Amino acid sequence: MEILVASAIGFLTAAGIYLILRMHSFPVIIGLTFLSYAINLFLFAMGRLAIDRPPIIASGVEGYADPLPQALVLTAIVISFGMTALIVVLALRGFLETGSDRVDERPSPSDSGERYPS
Amino acid sequence: MTIAFLPLIPLLGALFPPLAIKSGRNVCALVTLLPTVAALVLLLAAAPTVYAGGVVRAQYEWLPQFGLSYSIFIDGLGLFFAGMILGIGLLIIIYARYYLSPKDPMGRFYAYLLLFQGAMVGVVLSDNILLLATFWELTSLSSFLLIGYWRHLPGGRQGARMALVVTGGGGLLLLAGLLLLGRIAGSYELSEILQRGDMVRASPLYVPMLLLVLGGAFTKSAQFPFHFWLPHAMAAPTPVSAYLHSATMVKAGVFLLARLWPVLAGTEIWILIVSLVGLITMLVGAWIALFKDDLKAILAYSTVSHLGLMTMLLGFGTPMAAVAAVFHILNHATFKAALFMSVGIVDHEAGTRDIRRLGGLLYLMPITGTLALIAAGSMAGLPLLNGFLSKEMMLEEAAHAAYAGNAWIVPALATLGALLSVAYSARLAIKVYLGPVRSDYPHPPHDPPAGLWLPVAVLVAPVIAIGLLPALVATRVVSQTALAVIGGEPLPIFKLALWHGVTPALLMSILAFAGGLGAFVAWSALDRLRLSLPPPEAKRIFDATVSAAVTGSRAAIAALHTGSLPRYFAVIVGTILIVGIAGFASGSYSPGMRPMLPVNAPAFTVWAILIATCAVTIAAHGNRLLALILSSMVGLGVSLAFLQFSAPDLALTQISADVVTTILLLLALNLLPRTTPRETGHARKFRDGAIAGLAGLGIGGLAYAVMTTDLQSISSYHIAQSKPGGGGTNVVNVILVDFRGFDTFGEIIVLCIAALAIYALLESSLRGAAARRLASMRQGIEAADAHPLMLVVVTRVLLPLVLTVGVYIFLRGHNLPGGGFVAGLVVAIALLMQAIASGYEWAAMRRRINAHTMLALGVLAAGLTGLASFLFARPFLTSTFGYFHLPVIGEFELASAMAFDAGVFLTVVGTVLLSLSQIARVGARAERNPVPEGPSDIRFPQRADAAVSAAAPTYRQED
Repeated sequence: MEILVASAIGFLTAAGIYLILRMHSFPVIIGLTFLSYAINLFLFAMGRLAIDRPPIIASGVEGYADPLPQALVLTAIVISFGMTALIVVLALRGFLETGSDRVDERPSPSDSGERYPS
Repeated sequence: MTIAFLPLIPLLGALFPPLAIKSGRNVCALVTLLPTVAALVLLLAAAPTVYAGGVVRAQYEWLPQFGLSYSIFIDGLGLFFAGMILGIGLLIIIYARYYLSPKDPMGRFYAYLLLFQGAMVGVVLSDNILLLATFWELTSLSSFLLIGYWRHLPGGRQGARMALVVTGGGGLLLLAGLLLLGRIAGSYELSEILQRGDMVRASPLYVPMLLLVLGGAFTKSAQFPFHFWLPHAMAAPTPVSAYLHSATMVKAGVFLLARLWPVLAGTEIWILIVSLVGLITMLVGAWIALFKDDLKAILAYSTVSHLGLMTMLLGFGTPMAAVAAVFHILNHATFKAALFMSVGIVDHEAGTRDIRRLGGLLYLMPITGTLALIAAGSMAGLPLLNGFLSKEMMLEEAAHAAYAGNAWIVPALATLGALLSVAYSARLAIKVYLGPVRSDYPHPPHDPPAGLWLPVAVLVAPVIAIGLLPALVATRVVSQTALAVIGGEPLPIFKLALWHGVTPALLMSILAFAGGLGAFVAWSALDRLRLSLPPPEAKRIFDATVSAAVTGSRAAIAALHTGSLPRYFAVIVGTILIVGIAGFASGSYSPGMRPMLPVNAPAFTVWAILIATCAVTIAAHGNRLLALILSSMVGLGVSLAFLQFSAPDLALTQISADVVTTILLLLALNLLPRTTPRETGHARKFRDGAIAGLAGLGIGGLAYAVMTTDLQSISSYHIAQSKPGGGGTNVVNVILVDFRGFDTFGEIIVLCIAALAIYALLESSLRGAAARRLASMRQGIEAADAHPLMLVVVTRVLLPLVLTVGVYIFLRGHNLPGGGFVAGLVVAIALLMQAIASGYEWAAMRRRINAHTMLALGVLAAGLTGLASFLFARPFLTSTFGYFHLPVIGEFELASAMAFDAGVFLTVVGTVLLSLSQIARVGARAERNPVPEGPSDIRFPQRADAAVSAAAPTYRQED
């Protein structure tokens, strides 16, 4: 089982990084979600794998899965959502301002359009 | 230990003038005077102890591990300088009140002035050399603000920048030097370092340390070749020049030389460098001063010259020369500040300070003229004035000084310096105040109000008093100060007197007078000589250095900041890879012995689907919708994995977060291009593939390595304490809301900030270029039925059910899988479904609490729960719980952590709703669909409409 999880983490990381290295915003965002999945799984795996041992206290249960990485990953999942949302909106705003969703170039001054009064 | 507050009084006092200016300029000046007077009184209260031979100190630990303590001590030298700083500061404040025009923002000026004053007092009273360096930098910063006070003048800004670069750079040298010094001496406390002079001078690090410290002192005191910044700093308002550039800041370098004199002075290299630099500075400054036409420039270069004189005296390294230096510091402060202020008056009243346009002012403004003439006489070294006495002492010392075995060069050059000093003083006095009255002044000059000339008079009084009765007025101060400078050595016997008999100094002085007057008469010839010499290079070199630094930085930035996100990311990942590979190659690894779990068929299937999804996503990410769907499939697979490996909470959270993320990306995709253009360039793809593959291999290998080794975890504590300590059986939830509640609190604040940033980013996109692009966007073929009836009905029916589930998940969270995060996501999804079915506007109108309020309530609820534990004198976020009995429901548990979890819940709902509804709102702008009147586009019969509006009576416009 450990091999499956480790290789899944590896593949997710590779796919995530490859997509983040693309030149347009949307693949970058998808890549980021892939990378988040990988990292969350990785963190979770730091507590080792356990089957049928949820960390819920009950009498007559011998052992529990490590709850600490789970708590960390739980907030990480929600934070990843917040981060993805922010990145998406940044990408969206950039696209709306410049008409381009490329992430590999400096916007030329003529691209940026008119500045609205701040 | 009140003396510890001495530097802090002006520093804190700096807060008030900008507030007081609202009550008028007089009040503002008064408010500025108060801290100065308070500090002066406090200082003078220490004077009797100091003059009885004692030292007053106060010490507080600051950063003991770095040797930094807040320690203040007042000895003769500190008292002398601090008295000068505060006393002249007092006069300057009064003077500036009348000098600044009503247009100048006076509150800001006084704030900067007090800031500077506090920093300066800190420099001269610090016992700890690191504290001294801190105050030293603060003087550089505050003088930057003061020099650039007139922000509209380019000269002011440039002068301020140059002063900051030179003195701030010198400050860094000084810091390095002082760190070295502390290391050599084994202490950062001055009072201890001063006892260890022999040890310091014998150290092999003495020379580098000396050079660094001298770098700091010479830049601050405008010594050659760093003298060029001082004249440019004259763009400051005159009170600033009078204060900083005559009496205080530029003397900081001299102060430092005097302060460290017992430790550093006396070696051959000290004498070689310090006295030579001082001598050159004295000559160069005086020479340039002779030919300047701007009165302030004359005074600036004259100050450079006099600072050189003091440096030279300290450089001689003999106790008697140190006495002369101290005496001259005192005298120079009085006459030079008086001169600066009188130049300010001339500028103020006559409208110019160009020497070629002035003359005969003594007859038009007799009070100012008289005072200025006396001060100028002292600068020239006329008998009966204080400048004469210290100049005599200087010449006397110079007459005995041999430089590098040569007995006549120092006396000759010192006489030349005195000669030039006489010449420019004469030029200043005669060309401005004497001579015929002119008719073409820009303003008709006359004496100013007393507020302007009285401070000058107060400074001229000691000029005369010391000049006439030196033994009576100055001996005590000079001897106590000099005693502190020379440290342990006995004070040489000296006599401050007008007449010492016919000494070499007297002859040199007479020579200087005759020569100086001759130089004044032959000024035109000398000017022609000057013009034939090469112009001074220092400023040109400085400018060239600065512009080279700017060009270099620009080029480096342009090379590094290409604006290409993939490139940055590749560099980051590449670096991590290199470090990782290096670590892997140099370390050793043996496979772990932990037994592995057996693979089962469902797990293998999910794994295979995950891998396949990854591969397909990479191959087909050009189709964005497909990529999005594949990514949510991965999310599903990950939540199954969590479920499999005993993490029900994670599975719940992952799946609901996935739903929300997918909706979010769908909404955004609606406004973005639907496909990604195919990228060309196989080399690039190969490179990216290699980086990604290696990184995946590394992370996967690392995960495998960790998972197969045994675990030492701190979790047993959490598991053991979950029920008795936190009152819940769901350990994950107890960790979140109790054990590590502070983390969670931080995390919901992060969520809150992300939501607000999203709101701001999109809110402003409804204007400007983005809004025009939105308006012109037509979104292809749109659904004929934008709000399908079936969806509307299903989501409406589901809403109460989902809300109930949300409440259930929330309540059971403490003991069973669930909690605020999951419940928040579930409720948010239920609310979002309404918006998806019936449109954003329709849903927003029916929401009673807007998302901003929800965010605020959430953070407040969590924060207040944490603060409540203070009421019971427990640390922040200490939780408590109890069991209660209610009829019908029976025994139930109530934990304070539940209120905290409610805060988490509200924040999550608020974040999701705010970000998604904001994107939907922008999307609605592009679609320009009319807001449906009912929940669906299909017209309901009249009665149904009434029922709907009765069900939702509150129509609120969100913003």
